[in-house]
Amino acid sequence: MNGLQRAGRWIGEHLVLAAGLLVLVYMFVPIAVVMLMSFNDNSESRNVYAFRDFTWSNWANPCKPDGMCEAVVRSIEIGLLATLVATLLGSLAAFALVRHDFIGRSVANTVIFLPMASPEIVMGSSLLALFVAGGFGGQLGFVTIFIAHVMFCLSFVIVTVKARLSGLDQNLEQAAMDLYASEWTTFWRITFPLVFPGVAAAALLSFSLSFDDFIITNLNAGQTVTFPMFVWGVAQRGIPMQVNVVGTVMFLISLFLVVGNMLVTRKRAAV
Amino acid sequence: MRRGRFTGYWLMLPAGLWLALFFVIPFYSLLATSLFDPEGSVLTGYDVDYHFANFVDALQQFWEPLVRSLWYAAVATAICLVLGYVLAYAIALKAGKWRTLLLVLVIAPFFTSFLVRTLSWKLILADDGFVVDTLQFLQLLGDDGRLLATPVAVIAGLVYNFLPFMVLPLYASLEKIDGRLIEAAGDLYASPTRGFLKVTLPLSKPGVVAGTLLTFIPAAGDYINAALLGSPNQRMVGNVIQNLFTSTGDYAAAGALSVILMAIIVAMVMVYIRTAGTEELV
Repeated sequence: MNGLQRAGRWIGEHLVLAAGLLVLVYMFVPIAVVMLMSFNDNSESRNVYAFRDFTWSNWANPCKPDGMCEAVVRSIEIGLLATLVATLLGSLAAFALVRHDFIGRSVANTVIFLPMASPEIVMGSSLLALFVAGGFGGQLGFVTIFIAHVMFCLSFVIVTVKARLSGLDQNLEQAAMDLYASEWTTFWRITFPLVFPGVAAAALLSFSLSFDDFIITNLNAGQTVTFPMFVWGVAQRGIPMQVNVVGTVMFLISLFLVVGNMLVTRKRAAV
Repeated sequence: MRRGRFTGYWLMLPAGLWLALFFVIPFYSLLATSLFDPEGSVLTGYDVDYHFANFVDALQQFWEPLVRSLWYAAVATAICLVLGYVLAYAIALKAGKWRTLLLVLVIAPFFTSFLVRTLSWKLILADDGFVVDTLQFLQLLGDDGRLLATPVAVIAGLVYNFLPFMVLPLYASLEKIDGRLIEAAGDLYASPTRGFLKVTLPLSKPGVVAGTLLTFIPAAGDYINAALLGSPNQRMVGNVIQNLFTSTGDYAAAGALSVILMAIIVAMVMVYIRTAGTEELV
């Protein structure tokens, strides 16, 4: 093997890595822009798509735009509630699918895959059609949004928890049982702690899906305004810079949680 | 843990019921809506009179945004496949101990609002922005050329928003590949390129299939990118459906169009899966 070839190979190998990192950078450009714009002072100008002056005022007065904080709070409420219900029901279903045999299991597996593979606009309009047909067309709001969010979060929860559960060594539970632990004790002392990172990841995913959803929510929200709907509403007129503050905060909090979850999982694995 | 004969059913029941009530049954409502008599309205109520002409009307009136959606989604999926493959390959096979961190970074953009991120593309691609100026300087874009309100902007937005859906399944299948197989190809005097084409690429096929589907399907139904980054000339089928439901209140046409979109997607997915010859999706 001559040196030229070796050099070529070295470049080849690192070229892929460099190209990959470049793609990753591309994914972060808009987020950098959001962060930057959260410090933009556009009070002098109507153009919200250019950086004028640096200011802290957007961070100091995050609730200045009319209705924005109300929308954020509503999104958080819906997100927490939908996450709680979807994580609970989804985790139970994941246990059923991995640990139990029952008639219709393969049908259930398919049905769970479908919401992830259907265009949101179709799911949203179907649900709206159902609500209207059921006579709830005039009562769209918090409850209908909540129902929709649990629906589309469920699949993601089930898939995430299932993945964790099927990678789990069942011998550990067997060992606990052999040591005379009851089924209940085994579950809480062995199974649950091992599955927990999966459940936590699923809950995090649910919350961010719910908080972020626009297409399905918009069709089923009636007069209720969530944060994405607020953004959509003001997008035509030019968004207030505080929207970027919310975007930045969301990003930082979830990054913190994801990295935290990762570190905890790794520490556990090391022990 | 397998003792109770019915435990499985009980555990599955709540989630199953929720999905049946709010995911499966709504499809029937949608189907019924698509057969409404278009003379009705939300206020006076609709008659289900098996008005199949709704489908013909919808196709005649809206074939253009429908075709455009499929076209934009296909182009965006192709670009995502190239970019996503490079990134997934780099993470799975070249990143070493940085793997987990890079994977977290792939999903991290998910956590900033989709709408806020898309709006920030509006700034990046703005008429007097850096990107447009550079392209004009390189003579790739005319002096009064712009990116916003063009198909380029909409497709760029779609690529950006759905890239993680491509990267994750690709990563999952690339990561599973036994490195010894690639080494074996090298030992048998296959060049790296040939080794990639004959070993790595075929083994990553399940990821390619899952990734393209997970990108294409939401992209075809998306209307946020077209609405925020495009002009009415880039209107996609999602924009039309959304408008018919929320502004025009023409439920019959909206229902018919949704059913058509779903039918086209299901047909395409089935043909695709058959030709790609894989059953392993999740």
